[in-house]
Amino acid sequence: MYKIVSKKEIGPKVQTYEIYAPEIARNAKAGQFVIFRIDDKGERVPLTVAGADPQKGLVRIIFQETGKSTMQLASLCEGDCIKDFAGPLGRPTEIKKYGTVVAAAGGVGTAEVLPVIKELKKAGNRIITVIGARCKDLVILEDELKRESDLLLFATNDGTLGIKGFVTDVLKDIISKEKIDIMYAIGPVPMMKAVAELTRSERIKTLVSLNPIMLDGTGMCGACRVSIGGKIKFVCVDGPEFDAHCVNWEELVSRLELFKNLEKISIDKFKYNQECKCHKK
Amino acid sequence: MSQKVKMPERDPKIRKKDFKQVNTGYTRDEMLKEAKRCLQCKNPSCSRGCPVEVNIPGFIKYLAGDNPSQAVKVLKQKNNLPAVCGRVCPQENQCERLCILGKKGESICIGNLERYATDIAFENNDSIAVAEKSGVKVAVVGSGPAGLTCGGDLLKMGYDVTVYESLHSAGGVLRYGIPEFRLPKEVLDKEINNLKKLGMKIILNTLIGRTRTVKELFNESYKAIFISVGAGLPVFPGIEGENLNHVYCSNEFLVRVNLMRSFDFPNYDTPVYRGKNVVVIGGGNTAMDSARTALRLGAESVKLIYRRTEKEMPAREEERLHARKEGIEFIVLTNPVKFIGDEKKFVKAVECIKMELGDYDDSGRRHPQEIKESNYAIETDMVILALGLHPNPVLTLLTEGLNTDRHGYIIIDDNYMTSVPGVFAGGDIVGGDTVIEAMGMGKKAARSIACYLNQK
Repeated sequence: MYKIVSKKEIGPKVQTYEIYAPEIARNAKAGQFVIFRIDDKGERVPLTVAGADPQKGLVRIIFQETGKSTMQLASLCEGDCIKDFAGPLGRPTEIKKYGTVVAAAGGVGTAEVLPVIKELKKAGNRIITVIGARCKDLVILEDELKRESDLLLFATNDGTLGIKGFVTDVLKDIISKEKIDIMYAIGPVPMMKAVAELTRSERIKTLVSLNPIMLDGTGMCGACRVSIGGKIKFVCVDGPEFDAHCVNWEELVSRLELFKNLEKISIDKFKYNQECKCHKK
Repeated sequence: MSQKVKMPERDPKIRKKDFKQVNTGYTRDEMLKEAKRCLQCKNPSCSRGCPVEVNIPGFIKYLAGDNPSQAVKVLKQKNNLPAVCGRVCPQENQCERLCILGKKGESICIGNLERYATDIAFENNDSIAVAEKSGVKVAVVGSGPAGLTCGGDLLKMGYDVTVYESLHSAGGVLRYGIPEFRLPKEVLDKEINNLKKLGMKIILNTLIGRTRTVKELFNESYKAIFISVGAGLPVFPGIEGENLNHVYCSNEFLVRVNLMRSFDFPNYDTPVYRGKNVVVIGGGNTAMDSARTALRLGAESVKLIYRRTEKEMPAREEERLHARKEGIEFIVLTNPVKFIGDEKKFVKAVECIKMELGDYDDSGRRHPQEIKESNYAIETDMVILALGLHPNPVLTLLTEGLNTDRHGYIIIDDNYMTSVPGVFAGGDIVGGDTVIEAMGMGKKAARSIACYLNQK
């Protein structure tokens, strides 16, 4: 059993947890992920490691309530335990001195970008971070991002923070002004795809962290397979980071739709049960 | 000459709708009748066919005397998972093939008797001879048949054994691969609990290589390590459309159903697609398990496509017969060439080509060749690929100095030792194939490990 040591809501339906898992905390590196399973009937769900404290044995995860399992996870309290917590999984981000690094993030992708820029900054890179959100209230981790970035920029759909527009609008501006050595894009698929299309013509090396459906997360099932340059790769063992210009995005998008109907059944059942519990109280 | 007592099985029409065991097991009278057929050979050939060297006439003698608990004791001297073996071993190629009665009549049903003994007297584990604890620590990586057997034997020799498992539940392929209707998970749980009672520690959610490394294990005063991480990486055919929606590899499909229990969705959280017209590709046990599982999830038709003829199928004869009785359609001498999708990238047909058998190849089987322009399409809404597995690369890539061959299998010497001193390996990760083969390797490796530790 793995204990939730701390819990904090850092945005609308976005939670940050610290889980006591000393072995994972000791070996986790930026870019890796964990798989959790709440209880005996739970499913296995991947989450990026958003940080780790090896001294205290804590692993930080940040997640948005989007499906049944994340809703259930959010309903737990400090001191509660989850059944399974496995990791760190996947290949770590390659950390070295590139020069100027631009990290673009959208949604909870922000939490995945944080450990990556932290390590890249330690390695002596200049970090420009670009965050995209629908509006100001949906921006998370602003203070921490500021601490790890040399320059922090925002794009919001309604213009309440930074420029009015998309991440790619900010990126175009940066590209026109200076040389970028490498770009990271982590967030929703449409955002990563848009960044990839922008940087392809500019010939800027771009890495993305992919988020397909996963089951075991150890390379034994192929649920998370993606086409990279026409070859099958398993995101859980070959990734999650890949060259954005080699990803078959249409395929990834369609494969993410696989269980939409069943996921809805699961969510509806969970909500109904939650309401029932409230009535009983 | 007396005929064998057949194992009773449930009506195909009923059993194909649920996940309960197909074979119901002998009654006491059936068991006695079968056990008494055994000639009790002085120099039994049957035992030589058993990879874990069970004293077969020995346990059958106790059964013939209606003493199943003594029979289990005899079984357990050599076999750490007898309830599993009684159900999933291909006895027709092993012990039963060498039974002297088989020369002129029908062999003893050794597997059925083994199963009877364990079903009746399972909890009886008290008097297994365990050597005095030496306090020497051995780590086993992977809790499949090879790991549990090696770990179990080392326990009996007095070693302090800890098994590391990457998934949230122990058993390897016995847990996630072999379906409930062949091996109830309750039976597997009992076997594993018996090993725990003997002192085996099992640590879950730990991917060796990532969560902790082989080097770290040695630093934690493990004196030897046995690697049995299996061959988990599925093979894809490399043809157009293989990433379409509802094209699964058998491992994914079976993990969802067996390990995650998605047949009981939404009571369990993991979803599974229930195909209506399912196509399974392959001819091994995994293909049979996938086809029969798809049927039990409510498929209207399940077609199994195999490129050779039924005679060459690697699946057990019993499973093939069960599958056919349940209504699985076998389409042999046929190979898929591409998967065709609809506008939303969901699979809607498999384009196949007919095959004929040509010359004999290295494996001693006739090589299938395509018959030109014999292509035709089979409509489907779900494809399950059961084309075999490659060795799992995670641990080998992350362990310095561990040599593998060009296919990724760990290289071992005659004593099951790898290129890293003190690290041994066995099972599918060194090229094994069946559950019992993996167990046999686990047993031999345990002996080598003990020998190595004694010399140190």
